Amino acid sequence: MARPVRFNVNPKDFTDRGINQVELPDGHMGEGFFATSFDKVVGLARKNSIWPLPFATSCCGIEFMATMGSHYDLARFGSERVGFSPRQCDLLMVMGTIAKKMGPVVRQVYLQMAEPRWVMAVGACASSGGIFDTYSVLQGIDQVVPVDVYVPGCPPRPEAIIDGVLKIQDLIHNESLRRRHSNQYKNLLETYGIQ
Amino acid sequence: MPISADHIKEKLNAQFGDGIISWDDASDILALEVNPSINLKVLTFLHDEPTLGFQFLTDLTGVHYPDQSNKELGVVYHVHNLKENTRLRLKIFVPIEKPDAFTATGLFSGANWMERETFDFFGINFIGHPNLKRVLNVDEMDYHPLRKEYPLEDQTRIDKDDEMFGR
Repeated sequence: MARPVRFNVNPKDFTDRGINQVELPDGHMGEGFFATSFDKVVGLARKNSIWPLPFATSCCGIEFMATMGSHYDLARFGSERVGFSPRQCDLLMVMGTIAKKMGPVVRQVYLQMAEPRWVMAVGACASSGGIFDTYSVLQGIDQVVPVDVYVPGCPPRPEAIIDGVLKIQDLIHNESLRRRHSNQYKNLLETYGIQ
Repeated sequence: MPISADHIKEKLNAQFGDGIISWDDASDILALEVNPSINLKVLTFLHDEPTLGFQFLTDLTGVHYPDQSNKELGVVYHVHNLKENTRLRLKIFVPIEKPDAFTATGLFSGANWMERETFDFFGINFIGHPNLKRVLNVDEMDYHPLRKEYPLEDQTRIDKDDEMFGR
């Protein structure tokens, strides 16, 4: 039986030599100028060049490797540059079971990241402890760091991880430049004991 | 040639006599229970006696039998004679109120971590251990999690309290 092909049956018409461009934000355009608000431009730039920091401890990390590989190719979304130093990265991706003894390490990595920073909990274990309802396992990394996006699954398929990255992109795109200075954000960090 | 069980029994009985509480040769590995006060002496004898030569400590772990009054906590040593390919299990049982046993770190360096682990999970106090502190669990943990009175599940969770999760 022929395998149904459902991908790229209606390829886009790339007018400019196959380079995919993001859509222009709302603004005023005239001859030789384009005016829009600053945070829209910043959001646009940030969201399409996320540097993920993979914190992979178990099988979800294997799915992440598949996500970064040629078949699923997270690079299509501007995130091909995986950084292994928290100081350079924007997105902490925690993938896998975090034991309670590992909790302070996750926290330390989060503290070393510069603002603005986002956190994605990939898989059931990072989100809630998963099947490991036991004395030694952290019941979700949101006990030690604030989490922006949770990806369910045990482990989640690469499509789900990509969906999570797109959700992060949405958050980044629509985030106000003032959010990180707001009292609400400071109070959130305060609940985790982070200044 | 594996060392015969009779030879091991004969040697140990001659050396320790009353210190040996029981023998169990029903299973594939010969096992004996000894008085906890002589655990190190027995291990040293098994190690040094030329015809025994149990010079490799395969495993050291703990076990908790809450119903065995005054002998609740056990320490199990698996020793191996690599030359003759013979194995032996040595058990001691100590009361939970005073879980003291002598350390084997002087004899086997590999006992260091295994005794720390046994202390971590069962709270057995190895007298003479150079660094008896938790090795696998978080340092802040204030109990010994593999003792039977403590539930397996994480007690900080409040969302798994319905009948589907058996709480």
